[in-house]
Amino acid sequence: MNIFFYIAGAIAIMSTIMAISRRNAIHSLLFLILSLLAVSVIFYLLNAPFIAALEVIIYAGAIMVLFIFVTMMLNIGMEGRTEKKWLSPQMWIVPAILAAVLLADFILAIRHVPDSPPADQAILPKQVGISLFTTYLLAVEIAAILLMAGVIGAYHLGSQKKKVTHRFLIKK
Amino acid sequence: MLTVPVEIQIILAGILFLLGLIGLLVRRNMIFMLMSIEIMFNSAGMVFVIAGNHWKQPDGQVMFIFILAVTAVEVAIALALLLQVYHHFKTLDADSVNKLRDHN
Repeated sequence: MNIFFYIAGAIAIMSTIMAISRRNAIHSLLFLILSLLAVSVIFYLLNAPFIAALEVIIYAGAIMVLFIFVTMMLNIGMEGRTEKKWLSPQMWIVPAILAAVLLADFILAIRHVPDSPPADQAILPKQVGISLFTTYLLAVEIAAILLMAGVIGAYHLGSQKKKVTHRFLIKK
Repeated sequence: MLTVPVEIQIILAGILFLLGLIGLLVRRNMIFMLMSIEIMFNSAGMVFVIAGNHWKQPDGQVMFIFILAVTAVEVAIALALLLQVYHHFKTLDADSVNKLRDHN
């Protein structure tokens, strides 16, 4: 069982590295979908089958497809002037070293975690739903308000408005 | 039954978070910056699920669902903004969109 966790974790890390270092946006998005699927396997191994399904359906299925559609709409192939320079190896060194130091610090800090109560049962979707609609009912409604604001905001930002200019201000 | 120590699981989530952070710092294309933010959101949610599994409580998964909702809203708004930026500036390079005033 543990070997599956390590394999999925290695795939997640490697595909995330590939995703953030590709030049082509579509390649990068496909690697990111692979990474999300690996994380979904990890969620399944962590006794969270409902979350694993949500990860595949919403993240890999909806959000990444949205990304791919926007990338295709914008027809992105080439990067800007800065990124060509920044993608050379020596520009990666300082952020990578800083992040590696942060990771080492994190690993040292996390070494001693108190023992967990040993229990083997998975957390079923039923428990999650009961908790979601009793304890966290207010948060669910706030999330609903947030989603509605998101819909209205995306509609407002996405609509192409006609520019209204006075006829004296129109430049010929 | 998974017997991987919980430290290793959280370290995996930390590695994914840091990869997202590196991507956010290094890439200048806004699509890639948004993807890096997604990676960071996802690893933060992974910590919640790991902790929920560690203490056998459903609260971690509930929090992951909330993170999912927030992420969906954030992506929708950010991609709509990206479309507007691309229509105005004809580029998605974050360094060439740093002028507040119109250039004409």
